[in-house]
Amino acid sequence: MIGGLFIYNHKGEVLISRVYRDDIGRHAVDAFRVNVIHARQQVRSPVTNIARTSFFHVKRSNIWLAAVTKQNVNAAMVFEFLYKMCDVMAAYFGKISEENIKNNFVLIYELLDEILDFGYPQNSETGALKTFITQQGIKGQTKEEQSQITSQVTGQIGWRREGIKYRRNELFLDVLESVNLLMSPQGQVLSAHVSGRVVMKSYLSGMPECKFGMNDKIVIDKAGKGGVTDDVAKSTTGKQSIAIDDCTFNQCVRLSKFDSERSISFIPPDGEYELMRYRTTKDIILPFRVIPLVREVGRTKLEVKVVIKSNFKPSLLAQKIEVRIPTPLNTSGVQVICMKGKAKYKASENAIVWKIKRMAGMKESQISAEIELLPTNDKKKWARPPISMNFEVPFAPSGLKVRYLKVFESKLNYSDHDVIKWVRYIGRSGIYETRC
Amino acid sequence: MLCFHVCAGEIFELKAELNSDKKEKKKEAVKKVIASMTVGKDVSALFPDVVNCMQTDNLELKKLVYLYLMNYAKSQPDMAIMAVNTFVKDCEDPNPLIRALAVRTMGCIRVDKITEYLCEPLRKCLKDEDPYVRKTAAVCVAKLHDINAQLVEDQGFLDTLKDLISDSNPMVVANAVAALSEIAESHPNSNLLDLNPQSINKLLTALNECTEWGQIFILDCLANYAPRDDRESQSICERVTPRLSHANSAVVLSAVKVLMKFMEMLPKDLDYYGTLLKKLAPPLVTLLSAEPELQYVALRNINLIVQKRPEILKHEMKVFFVKYNDPIYVKLEKLDIMIRLASQANIAQVLAELKEYATEVDVDFVRKAVRAIGRCAIKVEQSAERCVSTLLDLIQTKVNYVVQEAIVVIKDIFRKYPNKYESVIATLCENLDSLDEPEARAAMIWIVGEYAERIDNADELLESFLEGFHDESTQVQLQLLTAIVKLFLKKPTETQELVQQVLSLATQDSDNPDLRDRGYIYWRLLSTDPVAAKEVVLAEKPLISEETDLIEPTLLEELICHIGTLASVYHKPPSAFVEGSRGVMHKRLPARTGSLVSVIPSHTLSFFLGGDIGGSAAMGAGFGAVPAVMPASLNAPMGGGLGDLFDLGGGVGMPLGAYIPPKTVWLPAMKAKGLEISGTFARRAGVIQMELTLTNKAMSVMTDFAIQFNRNSFGLAPAGPLQVLSPLSPNQTIEVSLPLSTVGPVMKMEPLNNLQVAVKNNIDVFYFSCQYPISMLFVEDGKMERQVFLATWKDIPNENESQFQIKDCHLNSDAASNKLQASNIFTIAKRTVEGQDMLYMSIKLSNGIWVLAELRVQTGNPNYTISVKCRAPEVSQCVFQCCEAVLKN
Repeated sequence: MIGGLFIYNHKGEVLISRVYRDDIGRHAVDAFRVNVIHARQQVRSPVTNIARTSFFHVKRSNIWLAAVTKQNVNAAMVFEFLYKMCDVMAAYFGKISEENIKNNFVLIYELLDEILDFGYPQNSETGALKTFITQQGIKGQTKEEQSQITSQVTGQIGWRREGIKYRRNELFLDVLESVNLLMSPQGQVLSAHVSGRVVMKSYLSGMPECKFGMNDKIVIDKAGKGGVTDDVAKSTTGKQSIAIDDCTFNQCVRLSKFDSERSISFIPPDGEYELMRYRTTKDIILPFRVIPLVREVGRTKLEVKVVIKSNFKPSLLAQKIEVRIPTPLNTSGVQVICMKGKAKYKASENAIVWKIKRMAGMKESQISAEIELLPTNDKKKWARPPISMNFEVPFAPSGLKVRYLKVFESKLNYSDHDVIKWVRYIGRSGIYETRC
Repeated sequence: MLCFHVCAGEIFELKAELNSDKKEKKKEAVKKVIASMTVGKDVSALFPDVVNCMQTDNLELKKLVYLYLMNYAKSQPDMAIMAVNTFVKDCEDPNPLIRALAVRTMGCIRVDKITEYLCEPLRKCLKDEDPYVRKTAAVCVAKLHDINAQLVEDQGFLDTLKDLISDSNPMVVANAVAALSEIAESHPNSNLLDLNPQSINKLLTALNECTEWGQIFILDCLANYAPRDDRESQSICERVTPRLSHANSAVVLSAVKVLMKFMEMLPKDLDYYGTLLKKLAPPLVTLLSAEPELQYVALRNINLIVQKRPEILKHEMKVFFVKYNDPIYVKLEKLDIMIRLASQANIAQVLAELKEYATEVDVDFVRKAVRAIGRCAIKVEQSAERCVSTLLDLIQTKVNYVVQEAIVVIKDIFRKYPNKYESVIATLCENLDSLDEPEARAAMIWIVGEYAERIDNADELLESFLEGFHDESTQVQLQLLTAIVKLFLKKPTETQELVQQVLSLATQDSDNPDLRDRGYIYWRLLSTDPVAAKEVVLAEKPLISEETDLIEPTLLEELICHIGTLASVYHKPPSAFVEGSRGVMHKRLPARTGSLVSVIPSHTLSFFLGGDIGGSAAMGAGFGAVPAVMPASLNAPMGGGLGDLFDLGGGVGMPLGAYIPPKTVWLPAMKAKGLEISGTFARRAGVIQMELTLTNKAMSVMTDFAIQFNRNSFGLAPAGPLQVLSPLSPNQTIEVSLPLSTVGPVMKMEPLNNLQVAVKNNIDVFYFSCQYPISMLFVEDGKMERQVFLATWKDIPNENESQFQIKDCHLNSDAASNKLQASNIFTIAKRTVEGQDMLYMSIKLSNGIWVLAELRVQTGNPNYTISVKCRAPEVSQCVFQCCEAVLKN
């Protein structure tokens, strides 16, 4: 198990050092500093073995977090724990920065004492932790409150406390997708996938039982085959269903129920959380198509022409469009002409950045540029990095639709109809690249 | 070192503040102390003052003091006792959070004297009414065990911990499982976890209810269970599969481990087997959308899974395409997996990608991509032509390291497809001057030598290398020597001078024994029988295998059992990087009811001639052919001079009988109501036998013999009943031989080779113990490949090496080697340095433990020195005794 946990600033100074096991000594703190932080080169592996001691490290802005062990630990678990720890710290004091860590070091030690015991990760749900790690002592609690805390921290529903009350029961549901594409210069899709997340903000009273449904192909086919003629089946037969390659769920979702019935049921945490992640690869709507044309005119000049086409309903508007066209390192000057938006050559980034605020569906726009090059005697050819794109569209490129989200709370007097629900779809570009 | 000395003034100030009456000031002072402690300043001088602050009702202050205590108690054990009272009191506090805090902290204070005070509070807390306290106490047992294992056993805490597995609270169960698993690791043979269908059922139920971390503990523990049959195995798999949809990647990987392991037991024609295979692919792909560090862990594991079961991900090639912004460690791993998945169906796409990668920035990545193109050519024959032309394009770029890498792989392509692509040799020769890396130089020289008859100026090319012969690396020197001999055999008239030159350079001016030896062999060979020389040196080479860099099958099996852990990230067994007794136990996949078929790539290994061509396994395999042919074809005309060079243990030594110690009396008649038993152990044709002489010295007839063994270190057990067919009449003696198996229950004995036996007859049951020579357990396939030997020798830490003296042994090294071989102690290589013969030997025990040894024999000195290296150093002593017995017999 984890033998110790260190946090360093970018200079390698220790900000937090908590040792859980006897086999990890003070020298380990220094070994990591010397071998990894001061190495000043690209990290070649996130797990480093120094003198039979293994260091798992992640970096958040300027801060290094390192978990140390001498045993054959579960490596995936250690990284998951480090990420979780970043989440917990961020939930307590915001951004993970040197200043915040120094100002909160007592709190961090208290958290580390609670969420790691002898190197075994313990309940690390912020919702539960915040009930008793408050930096204000726990003197004022009554006996009932104490036992409520302990039963929540160790209980089956460790992510939600009892007795939550809202005057207005409200639910916000965001379907956030990032669409990834790698396209060849000839316009052939080399790989494309959507990785999506369903993020919820729930403000519900009591211990509500929720059920979430979407246009998952397996569920709809099943319903269709079974001859079920309820409203749901009727209303969806016309619509398209989507094939989900794989999905993962927040720990509140009953996995065995999903496995057997493919229904998503859960008692939600309070506030914001990520309900599920999914991935699709079939029938993806690619919102933009990039058509590049690069021509080398002699040894000192390049001509670049890039056309982008939007491929969705004309009534919808894409936003924050940015096309990044890489330029060679020996570029001496660039002339750009574009029909729409603004384009600039940014020498420090070795790229032409073309920005368009809004663009409706089924439109086309074009940029052309002349790049002048300095003659070099570098034998190595320019690597021609791909043209990348950023955008935001108000629909889900995977085609996912939320069919329902039902809320049941039998003990309190509100029903599914009383809950106000908001649904929103946002599609963003992930790594959206076209080779040129 | 960053270790500040705090100036006296600062300490004094802090001291004053700590003793202040004001609570706030006290707390601030403790905070300052902790801050100093964090950066490595020594504030241990403040111990009494800080401990004085412990008695407080301010929880925050208390926690800070505890933190200080955990850090410094060890350096101030006497003063740490002062804190005990507060702990004991806190363990009785009405607030469960404070009880838990006390028991959690007490366990972290690693002072022997304190542990005795800890026992009573811990016992209470293990039975506390509050689950939060119980789950903390469960972990505390593991802490205490780490400090004083004996105490934990004596106090019966292990039993209480076992009871907690049936606790009603899932988190208590999870922590108890985690604690027990870790304790069990340091007692490999104890049956601590006692996994049986009932307890497994409890764990599977708790799995649905506990936190993500708890699920990981439980899944990792489940993976150690051996289901009794395929039905049980299937039902566990069914209950584990839902975990594949968990958001936590570690839960997913641990579930994959359980499934991969238990799947071994399912019959392949079962529908469920196919369903399970299909279910595994999507979650593995999803792992690739995690953060980069986790992606890396996932990719290292997928690399293993793809080798074990290529069918799972064969359609998922695209997800392993490298993204421009991936960190380099992710890129390199993806590339590795792409090559493993490359097949005729997807080769076009793969090649297009690889070509793209070969123009990237990172040198390591580009090299690997170029190498990958070569590997594709060897793997998928249809693509070979395209690969070769891609490689030629890359050579045209003239980027130095790309050219060198391309030449190394083209040499392998020549080996795989002889007489097909030699037209490109001209292009390769153009780049001769730019090669500055040994591997590329050696590859180019090999090509020139191999195709000497087609290259007009081959002699000039090779001669140009010869000028700086002594500045070249060994790899290049060896290659140059072989290439010139090949050239000579092909064009003897023009190159006589050249070959003379290289032979004298290699034999007279070099102090590298491998080079010298190879030079002498060629020299004698050429001067004795040029026809034979031709047969040997220009012999047809065996085909190279398609896959390189495959993990050796037994290691792969072990690593599959460690999916998700560091071992799977390093691709090394835990014993290679974990100190102490943990991890010595090797994990194995369960066997399917039928026999397990695994494909082992045949790497022929070279002994003398090709042994030092490192790097490309494919190439090493080719050179191996030469020495393998040599002894056979040269036997007759060879003079004594060469004879001694080849007279190694391997394959040449006469089969001698294995060493069998003389029979000794194990059970005297006095102790066994007239039954006398004497006996010995022998290994005959791979079967261990216990040879017994039973003598009836009593007055009455003895019948109904039976025999049983106690658990022992190597799991020896009778393979059948004791065959005493007729009754044993008074004064009669019979000889019985009992075949033994090594699959019985295992328990470590003292001494290691001790065996406790019970023999029953119609009169009574008698017990005796005897010691078997450990050589009975040396298996026949214990000959390690030379390169593996070298790697393993380096890999085993030096503290595992023990040295012994064997006195008064008058054998020469060859005789010794033959004698040892008869007992399955294999000589891998022999070296002579300054009149001292060094024999390198390997032994494999029946339980798969490898023992490596170096025997030093000095001519004229009857005392040998033997160094034994093993991952389980406790066997060294036994092995030594055994070698001594074998040699002296």
